[in-house]
Amino acid sequence: MFGKLTWDAIPLHEPIPLIAAAVVVLVLAGLMVLTIVKGWWPVLWRDWITSVDHKRIGVMYVLLALVMLVRGFIDALMMRSQLALAAGNARGYLPPQHYDQIFSAHGTIMIFFVAMTFMVGLMNFAVPLQIGARDVAFPVLNSVSFWLTAAGVLLVNVSLVVGEFARTGWLAYPPLSELAFSPGVGVDYYLWSLQISGVGTLLSGINLTTTILKMRTPGMGYGRMPIFTWTALASNLLIIAAFPILTATLGMLLLDRYLDFHFFTNEAGGNAMMYVNLIWAWGHPEVYILILPAFGIFSEVISTFSGKPLFGYRSMATATMAICVLSFMVWLHHFFTMGAGADVNGFFGVMTSVIAVPTGVKVFNWLFTMYGGTLRFETPMLWAVGFIVTFVVGGATGVMLAIPPADFQLHNSLFLVAHFHNVIIGGVVFGAFAGYTFWFPKAFGFRLHDGLGKAVFWCWLVGFWLAFAPLYALGLAGATRRMQHYPETGWQPLMVVAFVGALVILAGIVLTVVQLVVSVRARERLRDASGDPWDGRTLEWATRSPPPAWNFALLPQVHGLDAFWEAKRCNGGALAPAPGEGGRPIEMPRASALGIVVAFFAFVGGFALVWHIWWLALVGLGGVIAAGLTRAWQTEHEFEVSLAEIEGARG
Amino acid sequence: MNASAPTVVAEIEIPISERGPSPRKVIIGYGFWLFLLSDIIVFSALFAAYAVLSGRTAGGPGGVQLFHRHAVLVETGCLLLSSFACAMMSLAIELRRRGWMVAGALATFALGAAFLVLELSEFGAMIARGAGPDRSAFLSAFFALVGMHGLHVSIGLAWLVSMVAQVFTLGWRPMVIGRLACFGLFWHALDIVWIGVFTIVYLGAR
Repeated sequence: MFGKLTWDAIPLHEPIPLIAAAVVVLVLAGLMVLTIVKGWWPVLWRDWITSVDHKRIGVMYVLLALVMLVRGFIDALMMRSQLALAAGNARGYLPPQHYDQIFSAHGTIMIFFVAMTFMVGLMNFAVPLQIGARDVAFPVLNSVSFWLTAAGVLLVNVSLVVGEFARTGWLAYPPLSELAFSPGVGVDYYLWSLQISGVGTLLSGINLTTTILKMRTPGMGYGRMPIFTWTALASNLLIIAAFPILTATLGMLLLDRYLDFHFFTNEAGGNAMMYVNLIWAWGHPEVYILILPAFGIFSEVISTFSGKPLFGYRSMATATMAICVLSFMVWLHHFFTMGAGADVNGFFGVMTSVIAVPTGVKVFNWLFTMYGGTLRFETPMLWAVGFIVTFVVGGATGVMLAIPPADFQLHNSLFLVAHFHNVIIGGVVFGAFAGYTFWFPKAFGFRLHDGLGKAVFWCWLVGFWLAFAPLYALGLAGATRRMQHYPETGWQPLMVVAFVGALVILAGIVLTVVQLVVSVRARERLRDASGDPWDGRTLEWATRSPPPAWNFALLPQVHGLDAFWEAKRCNGGALAPAPGEGGRPIEMPRASALGIVVAFFAFVGGFALVWHIWWLALVGLGGVIAAGLTRAWQTEHEFEVSLAEIEGARG
Repeated sequence: MNASAPTVVAEIEIPISERGPSPRKVIIGYGFWLFLLSDIIVFSALFAAYAVLSGRTAGGPGGVQLFHRHAVLVETGCLLLSSFACAMMSLAIELRRRGWMVAGALATFALGAAFLVLELSEFGAMIARGAGPDRSAFLSAFFALVGMHGLHVSIGLAWLVSMVAQVFTLGWRPMVIGRLACFGLFWHALDIVWIGVFTIVYLGAR
């Protein structure tokens, strides 16, 4: 009846996950009760859960990412505290089978459900506004994408209480992840969660690419697109090209585990290295899917807070697209030690170093944008400057790792861990926070508290260096990643320093929450009535904050780069409407419950497949199909916003 | 005639990329093309896996012993003719002729279903003689690649049934016609994938 699911699946003997889960369930139950008692439920359902407005979906993505950042960071704190303790004969407080789940969950959550979710959220929010569109190309599909991501998140978190998570690292390499060596449900949770959210990401990539290529306002040719839109285009093209490889690869591993196929097994001719090749053919473009939008955010921020147009706009767009293509030609540098031979390793080593060229172009463009500008060190600008300094170091250690003979020494050491945290925290996380602070006033009509924002930045910057500079040294000394304890007591002081760094970052995360609460409470004082709090340059600042559902009452006619900046200089900030605009009602998409219904059944199906509850899996599949068919027969997809309403919203 | 001439000139002068949002029909078609490209990448990963594993028979039977090229040729004929029928159906849709559209859909469905029956009987015979996907890495890759294509054909058939039902219940709405166009693209894309399968898997059998 319930497949492999029995009461033994609840880890009653392990207090840490159980207490954590109890707290989460209590908080969620408390929020539910509060929502019902206060009568917020109808608003929540109508304006958020079933909303197809790209801005609200973007906000929900970012909120989900912030929640998962806390979850993933707790994992990080546990690892750092374990390693601060487990030197010499000490074994720390986390048993190996638990520690292995923690580092696997940390990587999976941070990449897929924090970095990815945060970036997709910011692109969803800002791109249609930047290109003068009223929504994305497929608004209902957008809602489906978001809720599928949320379903994947839910599945990962359920594994905390019911069963276990994978102990195989964030990429679940076979043969360890095969049934023979991982017979439990952990890997299945990993696989189904990523398959469900991966479909959501792919659909989101198709959606945003179509939006950027087909829905720009009149006059906005490719050479006039804001640079963040360029980077979003590159990132979403990479999603379309790379995520299907992930789906296929994880699908093959699922066939191995469920139907006794032999793609990656040790027996019957399977080839585990094929998995490693395929997963990195997705995985390397993935890091550029994350970092390119961050580059775009920094470009917007640096240009805005320098009061200058971006230096080398064309070279920036070219470098972005060059990285987009090159990112598919370097995957093998993740496993030089595979033994492919000197020629193959040499080729991939050179290709990897070549990526530093367009990246270097970008760094100089940012520096020259600041040079001679009127700099304002608002919070987003602090993140941008902190990024340049931090990221350059991460890039340099990346070039070191790109040299095959050096990589043979550094492979799987803490040096590697320090390198990729250097570029992901210093690049993606800093970019995410810069974007969050930059566009928050646009989304809600008031700014985030400034002093607390700066405190958050300094905590992250100092915390990052304290936490990861020691790992470079430890890695060079021979410390490997994923170790649960170490005999070398000489490493302990640096491990303690790294733990202190993690505590400083913790302060930054706590302050992020404090900042949000304080800002909401002081929103009247922080209110921005102009819609343009930073003296912005691109179209999103031309509409009021928060923008109306239709973004622009009249689609603007664009005549050049930085359209809003030009309009402010020549025309008092008034953008000329495109020919033929106005005088008629606007058609907007209706809210739809399709997203949450599909995601609910996808979650049910995923859970059922993890536990081999076949009838329930059929219920999940049937539910998804039924929801799709119901949608197919709906004919009223849009509603009209009357002229009076548009005028009213203006006033 | 004279009144419309200046706007035509103006449209030519404005570069395509600056002409503003595309019509809904174009946006839907474009999005679906992108989806098809991503789907073809799923297949390309499976092709790559097949290429790597095609020699790994683990002492079991290889393609030469297992495949019947004549049966596969008939199968291929069914699928290609089904695509032809689908193209005929598209013409009927252009002309808004429901009778001809249904005839085209029936022919598409029958030929697609015949393809599936032949494929499933091939699979069944292989599994019956102990050459299932669990036998060797080569057979795993074969069943995954060819099976994935078969799964797409099955989904296509179900989609086709739903589209005929939509034409009868909802009529020739732009929404329905747009979906029919997407179905046509999907069905032809499966042909392209099959040509790869036929060439690499069946003609290239070792």
